[in-house]
Amino acid sequence: MAKPITYYLRTDKMPHIWCEGCGHGIVLGAVLRAIDSLDLDKDNVCVVSGIGCASRAPGYLDFDTLHTTHGRALAFATGIKMMKPGLDVIVLAGDGDLAAIGGNHLIHAARRNINITTICFNNSIYGMTSGQYSPMTPTGKIATTAPYGHIEEPFDLCELVFAAGASLVGRGAAYHSGPLSRLIAKAIATDGFAFVEAVSQCPTYFGRRNKMKNALAMLDWQKEHAVTKKAASRLSPEELADKFVIGELGTRTRPEYTKRYESIIAAAAKETDENV
Amino acid sequence: MYKEIRLSGTGGQGLILAGLILAEAAGVYDGYEVIQTQSYGPEARGGASRAEVIISDHVIDYPKVTSPDIVLVMSQQACDRYGRQVKPGGIVLVDDTNVGSIPALEEASVVTLPITDIARHDVGRQVVANVVALGALVGATCIVTPEAMEQAILARVPRGTEELNKKAFSVGLETGREARARHETP
Amino acid sequence: MRSETSIRLMQGNEACAEGAVAAGMRFFAGYPITPSTEIAEHLAAILPKVGGKFIQMEDEIASISAVIGASLTGAKSMTATSGPGFSLKQESIGFAAIAEVPCVIVNVMRVGPSTGVPTAPSQADVMQARWGTHGDHPVVVLCPTSVAETYTLIVEAFNISERWRIPVIFLMDEVVGHMREKVEIPDSGKLKIVNRAYPDCEPEDYLPFDADAGDGVVPPMADFGTGYRFHVTGLTHDRTGFPTTKRPEVDALIRRLDSKIDKARQEVTFVDEVLTDDADIVVFAYGITARAGAKAVRDARASGIAAGLLKAKTLWPFPDEYVERIAQKARAIVVPEMNMGQLVHEVERASKGKTKVISLTRVDAEPISPSEILSVLKEV
Repeated sequence: MAKPITYYLRTDKMPHIWCEGCGHGIVLGAVLRAIDSLDLDKDNVCVVSGIGCASRAPGYLDFDTLHTTHGRALAFATGIKMMKPGLDVIVLAGDGDLAAIGGNHLIHAARRNINITTICFNNSIYGMTSGQYSPMTPTGKIATTAPYGHIEEPFDLCELVFAAGASLVGRGAAYHSGPLSRLIAKAIATDGFAFVEAVSQCPTYFGRRNKMKNALAMLDWQKEHAVTKKAASRLSPEELADKFVIGELGTRTRPEYTKRYESIIAAAAKETDENV
Repeated sequence: MYKEIRLSGTGGQGLILAGLILAEAAGVYDGYEVIQTQSYGPEARGGASRAEVIISDHVIDYPKVTSPDIVLVMSQQACDRYGRQVKPGGIVLVDDTNVGSIPALEEASVVTLPITDIARHDVGRQVVANVVALGALVGATCIVTPEAMEQAILARVPRGTEELNKKAFSVGLETGREARARHETP
Repeated sequence: MRSETSIRLMQGNEACAEGAVAAGMRFFAGYPITPSTEIAEHLAAILPKVGGKFIQMEDEIASISAVIGASLTGAKSMTATSGPGFSLKQESIGFAAIAEVPCVIVNVMRVGPSTGVPTAPSQADVMQARWGTHGDHPVVVLCPTSVAETYTLIVEAFNISERWRIPVIFLMDEVVGHMREKVEIPDSGKLKIVNRAYPDCEPEDYLPFDADAGDGVVPPMADFGTGYRFHVTGLTHDRTGFPTTKRPEVDALIRRLDSKIDKARQEVTFVDEVLTDDADIVVFAYGITARAGAKAVRDARASGIAAGLLKAKTLWPFPDEYVERIAQKARAIVVPEMNMGQLVHEVERASKGKTKVISLTRVDAEPISPSEILSVLKEV
């Protein structure tokens, strides 16, 4: 890292609110290392979040930061990006925030392919409200609102967002923080909507109730269940059933939204000229 | 002067646009105070359609037509609904291409003209029936000056259709004037 | 181009869009809903011509959210909707209030609740406009009665929003939104335009919610992306902008936000009085109903009744002092509304028992006619 991580932090706002063993600090570190590797200007980065544990991250970051309403970070970010397309706009939010209440904004931001980088801190649970199931809670797991075991299937968020039209999607994990940081750097550098699902751990409200007694056990789980795309291609569906695939999972080149809007401005100007 | 005008018919006949043109003729080109309102059903085509215009030389307090001086009816449904709602001494202009059953009124005049037929045969395009109607309206009632109406029409119609609409207006205007002359000569 | 003349026949919704652009609005996000849709359609066409941006978002909530985001970059921003969409936007209006982000929310009222009569007028959202969101929050609600007034009043809406850093609600009704009238477009130089106060300190000294750096009530506001690197949150926050739950700081924030209205009251209250000086009976009305009121008052005068009209263009803060003054001299105040009687309670409160207050309600999806009001004036 070219600069110390504290260069990007509002250290006077520490200590942070996250629990001991929470994976969000590791994911945030990966985000900052990515920003550092790209040598982004601090004055030119805008970080937007919604509501939840992950959404508290921007408060600790020394950029223009916006902590919005539950689920709407991408919609707020869309207004910012449209009026200041030159800003590097990054959305940090949890799985409940992005995939449940904010799901509509997620697919439409991807469909528009607006140049916003979205990092989903996926800990499979609503941590801030103390452990209700989210759209990313695996089937069979225990949550305060699933005391008999969860009966729904989780999203494959990367597939969802890629199908909606994103330029880049990928997945990483807190355990593999180095590759995660490189993936996030690639996402930020992508000219279009880029989405990274960062598998994180919530020992307090997920692990404890699901036979993983501490953060270490949860990180071990990540280590044992993460497979690269290449490794996954050699596994049968049965072998893959309890695994998750990490790495860059989809890229495509599509026109970016704010650049496309320039064509509208040009067309409108032409019409004005013709009428004068 | 204070005149209330109601244009009624079926969605797709262009009556909302006709109301707008009439209002612009009166307000922008003839310099009167003017208000145009409209109502329509949820259907884009085929539902009942109504545009209303108030023209006055004073500030207009209330924007809705309450007792019209001039009523244009271009469908049987509109005629049944609005054909009798006219101020004593007022004028009902009926497009008898579309209206078979015409009201007999004692206190108001009924002017019957084949507006849609004129558009179809004399002008050559049924789609300009609304402009023929505007011409007939001006000819029969002198509500605005023909100059103002022609300017207002040309400012609103799609580029490339100016000649067609000019013709529609002038044919309508003549027909309206003739009807007025017939009315005034017992 | 036809608009060479400064007099144009405009629809109310079009005047709202044109006036907003004249006020400097450069970002609009919306979602289609009758009877407000023409505002979005018109802005989709004209905003890019002035270098502004228009976006049709995926829903009503996304629209107001994008508007707040855009405003944080320094752009004057607006959304437009009708009752059901207005309800959806309420949470974010609360955000704009606590985070002090200027924005204008237009609600072209239609008959509700729910889908109601989407194409017909109503005035039933006047309480929602004031109290629709959660928590204590300041808000200003303006309500035009004509197309020309729509044009000038939407400019005031932006001025108030920028000056006081508050969301301003612009309540139109379906009749005003859809009717066409003449508008005399003022020369752009002649409009009074107010812009938010920017900080004059160095970025390292900037405290984004320190009202003392401004006039004691409204903190100066930097744009995102200009090096001030500040934090904005919907949590209660101190003058640094960072969350606090310390009781005195929470109290100070909520009270400061609320005090904006007391300070702004004079400046944001727009009321017209017609023949009220010697009036025996006064009609209190707003929106399209004030037009029926004007006609009823004129007709009443013609038949020897000393009637007058108090036309409120600012609904919130409620113009208490005007109503109280009228209540002291008039025998009765008649309050016609296209709802089951909402602002009549405010008239009663403000008249402090000094006069008789009569409610006239209409909820059949038709505007109140002058003759209905006249017959009440004749009965009193």
